[in-house]
Amino acid sequence: MKTIHVATTVNGDAVEFICAPEESLLDVLRNRLGLTGAKEGCGSGDCGACSITLDGRLVCSCLVLAAEAEGAEIGTIEGLAIGDALHPLQQAFIDHAALQCGICTPGILVAAKALLERNPDPTDTEIRYWLAGNLCRCTGYDKIIRAVQDAAKKMRAA
Amino acid sequence: MALDPTGKRIFKVVGTRPPRPDGIDKVTGRALYGADVSAPGMLVGRILRSPHPHATIVAIDTSAALALAGVKAVVTAADFAPQTDPTLRDIQDNCMARGTVLYDGHAVAAVAATTAAIARAALKLIKVTYAPLPHVTDVDAAMRADAPVVQAGRALESVPAGMPDNVTHRCEFGHGDLDAAFGGADLIVARSFTTAATHQGYIEPHACLASMTGDGKGDLWCCTQGQFNVRTICAALLGIEASQLRVTASEIGGGFGGKTNVFIEPVALALARKSGRPVKIVMARDEVFRATGPTVSSSIDVKIGMTKSGRITAAEADLRYSGGAFPCLTIEMGAQAAFAAYDLAAVRTIGWNVLTNRPKEAAYRAPGAPQAIYAVESVIDEACQKLGLDPLEVRLINAAKKGTKSSYGPTFDDIGLLATLNAAKAHPHYRAPLGPHQGRGLSAGFWFNFGGNTCVSLNVNTDGTVGVTEGNPDIGGSRAAISQMAAEELGIPYAQVRTMIADTASLGYNDVTDGSRVTFAVGLATIKAAQDATRKMCARAARIWGIDPEAVEWVDGAAVPAGPNAGKFPPLTLAEIAAVSFQTGGPIAGHHEFNADGAGVSFGVHLCDVEVDPETGATKVLRYTVFQDAGRAVHPAYVEGQMQGGAVQGIGWALNEEYIYGPDGRLQNAGFLDYRVPVASDLPMIEAVILEIPNPGHPYGVRGVGETPIVPPLAAVSNAVSRAIGVRMNRLPMSPPRVLAALGAKG
Amino acid sequence: MRYAKPETATDAARLLAAEPGVARVLAGGTDLLVQLKAGLVEPDLIVDIKHIAGLRDITPEAGGFRIGAAVSGAQLGEHAGVRALWPGVVEGVTLIGSTQVQGRATMAGNLCNGSPAADSVPALVAAGAVAQIAGPDGARDCPVLEIPLGPGRIALAKGEIIISILLPARPARSGDAYLRFTPRSEMDIGVASAAVALTLDDGGRVVAARVVLGAVAPTVRLVAPAAEALIGTRLEDGALAALAAACSAACSPIDDKRGTIAFRTEVAGVLARRAAVIAYHRAGGRK
Repeated sequence: MKTIHVATTVNGDAVEFICAPEESLLDVLRNRLGLTGAKEGCGSGDCGACSITLDGRLVCSCLVLAAEAEGAEIGTIEGLAIGDALHPLQQAFIDHAALQCGICTPGILVAAKALLERNPDPTDTEIRYWLAGNLCRCTGYDKIIRAVQDAAKKMRAA
Repeated sequence: MALDPTGKRIFKVVGTRPPRPDGIDKVTGRALYGADVSAPGMLVGRILRSPHPHATIVAIDTSAALALAGVKAVVTAADFAPQTDPTLRDIQDNCMARGTVLYDGHAVAAVAATTAAIARAALKLIKVTYAPLPHVTDVDAAMRADAPVVQAGRALESVPAGMPDNVTHRCEFGHGDLDAAFGGADLIVARSFTTAATHQGYIEPHACLASMTGDGKGDLWCCTQGQFNVRTICAALLGIEASQLRVTASEIGGGFGGKTNVFIEPVALALARKSGRPVKIVMARDEVFRATGPTVSSSIDVKIGMTKSGRITAAEADLRYSGGAFPCLTIEMGAQAAFAAYDLAAVRTIGWNVLTNRPKEAAYRAPGAPQAIYAVESVIDEACQKLGLDPLEVRLINAAKKGTKSSYGPTFDDIGLLATLNAAKAHPHYRAPLGPHQGRGLSAGFWFNFGGNTCVSLNVNTDGTVGVTEGNPDIGGSRAAISQMAAEELGIPYAQVRTMIADTASLGYNDVTDGSRVTFAVGLATIKAAQDATRKMCARAARIWGIDPEAVEWVDGAAVPAGPNAGKFPPLTLAEIAAVSFQTGGPIAGHHEFNADGAGVSFGVHLCDVEVDPETGATKVLRYTVFQDAGRAVHPAYVEGQMQGGAVQGIGWALNEEYIYGPDGRLQNAGFLDYRVPVASDLPMIEAVILEIPNPGHPYGVRGVGETPIVPPLAAVSNAVSRAIGVRMNRLPMSPPRVLAALGAKG
Repeated sequence: MRYAKPETATDAARLLAAEPGVARVLAGGTDLLVQLKAGLVEPDLIVDIKHIAGLRDITPEAGGFRIGAAVSGAQLGEHAGVRALWPGVVEGVTLIGSTQVQGRATMAGNLCNGSPAADSVPALVAAGAVAQIAGPDGARDCPVLEIPLGPGRIALAKGEIIISILLPARPARSGDAYLRFTPRSEMDIGVASAAVALTLDDGGRVVAARVVLGAVAPTVRLVAPAAEALIGTRLEDGALAALAAACSAACSPIDDKRGTIAFRTEVAGVLARRAAVIAYHRAGGRK
């Protein structure tokens, strides 16, 4: 089996790795790069816990082959905070108790950030439909929607 | 401790909403869950599972798998010593089938290999010869005399002679003269219901990392609701002493009761022992659905007699539950919970457990109660409709209160049912107008809540901060609530307390995180540990002042002389006492170990508005309000979170979630695509109204809250749909094809 | 398994034609990777077409648009021109999966996966879309309607790949719409679906119609009697009832974990009726 050498960028840093052709980007992030923030909840694109951005697009990393990361820019949960300064979304999630077990939280934060970059003033319905691919079993989504709205408001004012 | 003018305690920290201690780790992705750790030399473990719902294992040939380069160990049931205790034997047989496979997905063998790809290839090389047997997956079919026998000889003494082999338990609760009481009713409604099995649906699959040294010491990292329980079971299954196995609970990505058991952990330990290397096993999503612990499936008959003024004269239920292929006692809780909300002179519930070729049941928030209460609340609603009575008024007329002899035996102390009903009645939701094709449903609900074995250790650091060590994985924000209670009792700021969850080597035994017990029991232990610490700090102050320890008391975070005769000394704060602790006798700690009782039951009432598309049967939830008695809401945001999360799980259960088995006995929807949990766009905001009727069994009045919220939604949604379409629904889930068929049958 | 990323369609076709083992095309990967993970397919070769020049482009052509096979749903959904011209097509494509899936999934891939419930296909057929296919023997065009042959089977020979789909110009006074039924609001495979494209005369009467059903037969179904029921009408109740009945009559669905035969048959008619009304309004009709 021939391994593939990949050179890519993760959260702004140049990164190289080798992988098997059938490895997913999620596998590589977690098992080779030590970035365990993205989670495998289903492996089939149905839960969104593995959400990352790939060249600015929100995607499920379990549905991307690691080989496809060549030359791309990848954004993961580990890149949201800058140093010890949390992103407004991260702070809002803590303030609004928008997480309980927290397993879906990295995926939801990456997804919410992608939304607000496109649509800084979404309605609740727009948030809900954008996040439909991020399953949460603990919160019932209520406080998540409130936290995203609060962060959006703070980001618009900044 | 400050008191208000009526003498009631004023809380400074309890009842506020401070940030949780694990919040930053979780929003940055730093928090470590079950699958997030690795070890040097680690092997990947994978499990081979039966494709048959019922079969004899004729032979297992692992030789080709063992010969594959990179495979370091293969285990089967032969690697586990047989257990004499039936409970442990069932757990072991469930983790690795011995002689017979009992459900589609039942584990038959496992491998550990150097890579995931080799492990997958090795599984394909294991040759299992099966002799398929007839199977049964439906609970009523399994109760028939001619049903395929899932396991023989498992019936408890409770089962009358002559019943089919699959019936393993019968229970009965109630009191009063039913025949006479039905005779006094103006209306009798009798209905039958069925509910499909559902799954907790936690987003984190089971995962663990196990290692064992050559001298029999084991280390296990796993996502679990109870590391001490895991230790007990794994030690027994591996044949080692509990003290030789250290189990550390990772952060947990959801449990809801489904992670109170073991599935992969003994297998990982066995592979680690055999290979001499650490072994990581992570379940794939389809394995989670096929081979962990869904709820029971149920078939229920309910009969209720009501006078035309709304008083329930008599109530009766026959509940048939199936907890899968192994005996299950969840029926006891369902049968007891069924009529618990009501003050009834004549009531009887009879419950049965029946074996089916399905995975072994595990708890899912309030196990057994949602199904039973769904049926009861549906019949009450139907009676209200037929008699033209307001469903909320009828609940008020019949509600249990302090002094009511419950339908399951005990007499209630202070309870919050009337308060929640009255809050619902007063809420604008109850009076909001409804449009065409819309309906409003109401349901009451209940859970017992539990106490249990608990240990807490509270250490006072010399810098004036406090560390609380407890043993219950945090599935809902409990670390924050524990810190709040410690801070409250000690009289120090929340920010100075840090609560940690210990591994099994670092603390005494703690029952699993279940039964809504943590805020109640661990909180109670924390308060007692804090009181233990304050007693010790008062003794240190007494020593510093040269007075009798009895003359010192603890007030607002400091030791003070108790009364004018004790002497004039300025208060010594916790920080001041801590700073000199090494000179006054050594480090200061408080602790408490007990089996907590006095847990308070928690009642809830849910209101649900739906709109049903009459041409497609699709149901949209328009508005949802949860009313629940929390006793004392230590952290109101986390209490709301439990109410909202449980309500949404119940909505999913009512509308779309179900285990679908084909005639071949295989699970057809073992993934999130076709096991349909609610998504964000399916739901409105969930309003949470917290009532506080303090539990006399807890110093702050705390009641467990985590489980009750899943109980009312099933009937709240079903009653709403039934009223919206003018047809009584009696089967869950109410998926669109069923609703459309009901509309069609109505004509 | 080998991974290749050719830079021309000819190279891609050659690689696929020459592969003795199992080969699969990788565009968005949202079907392929799921199948890989489930062990449903074990390819010897994966050909990633996203690096072929032009395959990520949306280009105006002859009053319509040529959409490269590697254009993602998200990209298509953001294209104001295609959205304005064939909103039903865009609705179909952008209903596939979640936002995350949209970031990768392609219209061509959805078509080539061959699911009877594919969301992109009914509206493409209603619009009269044509696929451009590259193969070892050169290029050919094929109407999208003729591509699906059955569940998981498509009319492409070994070595052929779709490189673009042409959405034709939309006639004046025309509109299209796509509706599908799912138990949840999102994230489900369609249980039944319908696409309708209508052209009206200046009096608001239907002069041309295409009614296409999805998820109710082994392949997408173009229902001529349903279209005929609308011709000459202004979508009066009788016409709509005849449309729905013709659609239900054209269904041959299965009972499965997503829906029953009875349900799919009934709902197909309901969706066709509702989609027709939307298409009618988009065409400028008033009801």
